[in-house]
Parts: sequence; structure tokens; C-alpha cells
Amino acid sequence: MLWTRKDLLGLEYLSAEEIGLILDTAESFKEVSSREIKKVPALRGKTAVNLFYEPSTRTRISFEVAAKRLSADVINIAAEASSVKKGETLIDTGKNIQALKADIIVVRHNCSGAANMLARSLDVSVVNAGDGWHEHPTQALLDIFTLKEKLGKIKGLNVAIVGDIAHSRVARSNVWGLTKLGAKVTLCAPEMLLPPGIEMTGAGTSSDLEEVLKNADAVNVLRMQFERDENTAFPEQLDYFKKFGITEERLARAKDNIVVMHPGPINRGIEMSSGVADGKNSVILEQVTNGIAVRMAVLFLVSQARDASRSSDA
Amino acid sequence: MSILVKNGRVIDPSAKIDAILDILIKEDKIVRLGEKITAASDIVIDAAGKIVIPGIVDMHVHLREPGREDKETVASATAAAAKGGVTTVLAMPNTIPAMDSVENLELLKKAIQKDARINVQLCGTITKGRLGLELSDVAALKKAGACAISDDGSSVDNAELMLEALKRAGVSGVLTICHCEDKVLSGKGVVNLGFTSTRLGLRGISNASEYERVRRDIELAARAGSPVHIAHVSCRESVEIIAQAKRSGIKVTSETAPHYFSLIENEVLGYDTNMKMNPPLRSREDLLAIRRGLQDGTIDVIASDHAPHTENEKDIEFERAEFGVVGLETELAAAVTELIGEKVLDWPELVRKICLNPARILGIERGGLAVGDYADLAVISEKDSWTAAKESLISKSKNSAFLGRSLKGLVDYTVCGGKIIYQR
Repeated sequence: MLWTRKDLLGLEYLSAEEIGLILDTAESFKEVSSREIKKVPALRGKTAVNLFYEPSTRTRISFEVAAKRLSADVINIAAEASSVKKGETLIDTGKNIQALKADIIVVRHNCSGAANMLARSLDVSVVNAGDGWHEHPTQALLDIFTLKEKLGKIKGLNVAIVGDIAHSRVARSNVWGLTKLGAKVTLCAPEMLLPPGIEMTGAGTSSDLEEVLKNADAVNVLRMQFERDENTAFPEQLDYFKKFGITEERLARAKDNIVVMHPGPINRGIEMSSGVADGKNSVILEQVTNGIAVRMAVLFLVSQARDASRSSDA
Repeated sequence: MSILVKNGRVIDPSAKIDAILDILIKEDKIVRLGEKITAASDIVIDAAGKIVIPGIVDMHVHLREPGREDKETVASATAAAAKGGVTTVLAMPNTIPAMDSVENLELLKKAIQKDARINVQLCGTITKGRLGLELSDVAALKKAGACAISDDGSSVDNAELMLEALKRAGVSGVLTICHCEDKVLSGKGVVNLGFTSTRLGLRGISNASEYERVRRDIELAARAGSPVHIAHVSCRESVEIIAQAKRSGIKVTSETAPHYFSLIENEVLGYDTNMKMNPPLRSREDLLAIRRGLQDGTIDVIASDHAPHTENEKDIEFERAEFGVVGLETELAAAVTELIGEKVLDWPELVRKICLNPARILGIERGGLAVGDYADLAVISEKDSWTAAKESLISKSKNSAFLGRSLKGLVDYTVCGGKIIYQR
């Protein structure tokens, strides 16, 4: 299997084999971070630009660390502070970065489809670091990587995703990735936070957390943002925690080795109790560590594919 | 000045004509229709093997002048129309300023007089500034030349006000055209609500936001006893509601646009903003209902909803891009490809939808090819295929939903008022 895409836009667009290739590549890169000298020359001489239109600390830093451990040069652009405020379009910004002879743009944007649009307009590699409610592929890849590391496989697992599915790019990417790899996914949320037609991905839905947790091998808990949107119906915060909060009592009735994940940052006491976040089932910090390996793999693969297609064009 | 159009398949359902005939035009009228006319003429158009239809009457066109001449002008839109076989358009009133007063209509009339290559019919607004708060003076608009009123782009939310508007329009003999959308329901939606909006992570627009307002506006029209025309029907429930209203004798007519019988929501999956319009592309089920509605007469008219936008307004993030697509240059070919080609309609039926019915609904003397009719016609090569491309569009804006698509049907000549205004 050979990776041929210059971009990573979402897991919906990938085959199970392509996802498998990223995970395998990540596995081989994971060891780099435990070396004395945490660096390989795989992307030496390449420039990666983190173009972030939304505030983000962990994803941006994770991409930065990943690129640096591959020996790439990294430039961070926080778009609020740049010419975007002066009205420059996304495509113009992208073309300017391309004109600087950058090789990879890692983009985070509040509009769904922003990464697709950039990728279509540019020759540089584009990696989606989260676009609107659409996809956050590297987050789902690191979730899946961590799960596979913990439970040895993905196929046949029962994975619950709990929280605001409707407005979550993490949920969408996880659904695509997990279902393609043969996991059975159940989305658990109040009715109003389940997006229409989501069952057509192959995922199931439920509003009964107790029932869902009974069979789950893993639960991925989404961050709840109650302040989000004036136009959207939202559950009341305390009521939400009562019905959908992940607590020690609830986990006690789940499988003993259930894997608890969270993309971070956690709202302690809202979607998850502190006891669970810090408890024995939690792999939240391992997810952060694995995020570097997964992002190294993605940066490496898209860059290689772009180089290959450029040399065959020449 | 005289033109003889020879040996074309002449189709005019109002006169029950569908035969190989010659048409003799003198000045701006058709003076003879028959086999093998030998009269001398200044120009002879050889239409052998071609189809000759009345000039298309497109009752939903945004000329953008006055106010947004960067998107389109009377000159550029009517040139594009001529290329598409369109000889009459109804100019939608959401210009800047809006066509809510005699004074503003005069602005547009001046531009038409100066630049229009085809007939342009005037449409006033229902409410002042299209704000839905205060009614425009429909009698005055009528006197200034408007044959219809519409707040297109918006719906009048206040039902009492809408009822009053329909009553007054009825008294003045002016058609009320409704853009049916409940903005409380459609909100900030940008694509069809359902799996498509979920996959794309975009806000959805439900069928209900359209059909609930279709139902309301038809009810109000029935109470007012006035005719009402439902613009750009996109979903199956609307078709059903209109069919039912027609059966119960309410004076309702309706139109759809080529994209609703040609394209479905899947086209949006690549975030192509040329697939973003309002109402949005719907499901296959909806598309089939639209086609059935055209077949059984529930939908009377095909109109382009020609909505030009600049690249700056389209080549941006999907949710920020403007709604709407251009259509004057592709509407005939889309209909030939999708409706004639797929045997949804035959030629006489199509001519009703694009020529005769819109002319009748607007109450204008167009849409036919009988002796004494205005010499507006299009000569068409039915089988010629072509691919819509940005470079081939002469409209000022290039935001077509049909770019890159192979279409059948090309206009060879367009004659308007006895003059050849387009030749391939």
C-alpha cells in the first residue's frame, strides 16, 4: 500500500487501508519521541506552516512538535493577528504562504470545508487540523491509534461517543474512521445533539447512556460547549451532567477495562467527573503523546506523496 | 426588414402547431406561417433539421442593475439571455435601490431603454425596501409598468400584511410572486438538511422551511381571491400542496428552476459554492417529485432564477459565499438534456413551460408563433452537445451550477421583435 494523497482533509475520504497505513507509520514514529535525541531528518529542509483561524493550544503545539521532530521548519500563524483581519481571503492567504515556498499548510478554521477549499486551490500539502463541524482527522487518528494500542485491535470493538455529536468534528472523524475499520460505534447524546441522518454512516444512536456503557469497550467523551450558539437548542448544563456525565458510579457498571478517552480540554464536572479523568481507565494523556506520532506520520506521508507527484510531473 | 425562417420544426402549443413549416417575419410580427413560403425576404434562416420555438419567457431573472453592476447589467444579462434563446425576462426587484417606488422603476426603465437587447418586464416589490413592514403602492407600480410584485429573496413574514398585499394586487390586476421561506426554520442554513448537512458539517435548510410558507401563501391567496405564483419550488411537499390547491380551484401557479430537476444535494459534497443556492439542492426523491410535477402540470413554469455573483463573493468559504447561480445561458440546454432527454416532457410540453405558460401568467402577449404574434423565436439544434465552461459564458458572472457538464441543445439564432439578436 502506497500513500498517494498530497492532503489529509478528512477520514470520510480515506479507505480502511489508507487509515491503516497512517496508523502503521505512526507506530514506527512513536519511538522517536522516547529517544535521547528526539529528532529524525525525514522532513529536513521542508517548511510547515500552522495556519490557525481559531484559538488552539494543544492541536497547534502537537503539530509543531511533530514537525520539529521530523526536522521541518515550522511557522505559526495565528490568523486573528494577521492580514485576515484586513479582509484577505483564505485562498489569497494560502497562495501567499505557497509563494513563500512552504511545503505543508496545517489549517484550523471555523468554517466547514475550509481545508477542502485550500487543498483545491493550492499545490502545497494541506492538512486539516479541524474545520467547523466537519472533520478533525488527526484527532480521530490519534484516538484510534490509542485505542488500538490499548485493546490490540479496532475491528469488532464497541465504541461509544458521548456528547454534542451534532456540532463535533471530532465525532464525525471518529465515526468515519472507526466504522471503516470495523468497529461498532454508538453515538450517545440527547436527541437535539444528534445530527440528522448520522445512522447512514453505519453508526448507531442512543439517548440511554447506562445501556450504551454496559457493552462499550471504549468511550470517547466530547467536550461540551454550552455557550456555543444562539440559534441552537441546548440542554441545561446540570441536567446534561445528570444524564450524560461520565462518573465513577456509571463506570463501575461498565466493563472493567473500558478505555476512557477525551480530546481535551476537559470541562471537569460537566462532561466528565475529575475521578474519571484521572482514574485508571483514562488514557487522556496517552492520547496527547500519541498525537505527536500520528501527526508525524501524516506530515511525512502527505509530504512524500507531494514530492512523488511533483517529480513525476517534471 | 423581413426574415424567412425555412423548414424548421415549428412548435407552438397555443396554436396546436408542431410541423415542418416556414415562418415569414415582417417588421416585428409574424405575418405568414405555412409550407414552402416563397416570398422574398431580406434574410433567410435555414432551419432544416432544427427546432423553432417561441422566444423563451424567463419570469425569474436578477439583472442586478441598478446597484450591483459589478455582478451583472441590463446589457450583459440580456446578451446572455439572447444567447440562451430567451427573449423576455421578468426583472426581479431586489436591486439597490429595490423596485418599491415609481421613481426607482424609472431608474431601471432608463437602463432598459438604453441597453436591453430583449423584452424586459418589470416587477415591483411587495413591501417597501423588501423589509416586510409596509406595503408598496401596487397601483402606482402597475401604472409605472409592473406586471407583478415580489419580495424575492425574502418572504413577507407578517400574514396580515401579506393578505392585504394579495388583496390589493388582485384589485390592481398584478400577479403576486412568492419566495416561500420561513427564515425562523431555515435560519443560518446553507445546504439541504439531512445526511448531507451532517456529512459536510454545515447548517441545514429543511423542506418545511419552504413548504410551510407555500401552504400559508396559498391559503392567504385563496382568502384574498387573488392569483399567486410560487417561485423556485424545490421539494416534494411543496409540489403536493400546490397540486392539492389546484384541485380545489385556487388560482395558484408555480415555477421551478433547472437545477432542481437536474441536480441533487450530493453535488455539494465537495463544498462547490456554485452548488449553493436558496432553496438548496434537495434529495433525489425531491428531484423526482419536481419532475412529476412538471409532467402532471402542477408546476407550470421553468424559470432560471438567474442570480449572478462575482468570484469574490463565491470563491470563499462555503457558509460565507452568496446563494445563487446564473442560468440564462444554460436553462434551455438543461431542459433539453434532463427533461426531453429523459422523456419527462416532450417538446410541445416543454414549450408550454418556458414560453406559453409564463407569458399567460404574466399577462403579456408573448410565447406564441401564430400569425400576428410578435416575432420572438429561437432556432435550436436539439442534438448538438456542448460543455458549459466559464470561458463560454457571456454573463458577467460565471457562477453556474452546470460548469463542466455535458449538455445537449444549442441555440443557433434568437430573433426578438423581428431582429436577429443572437447568431451562433
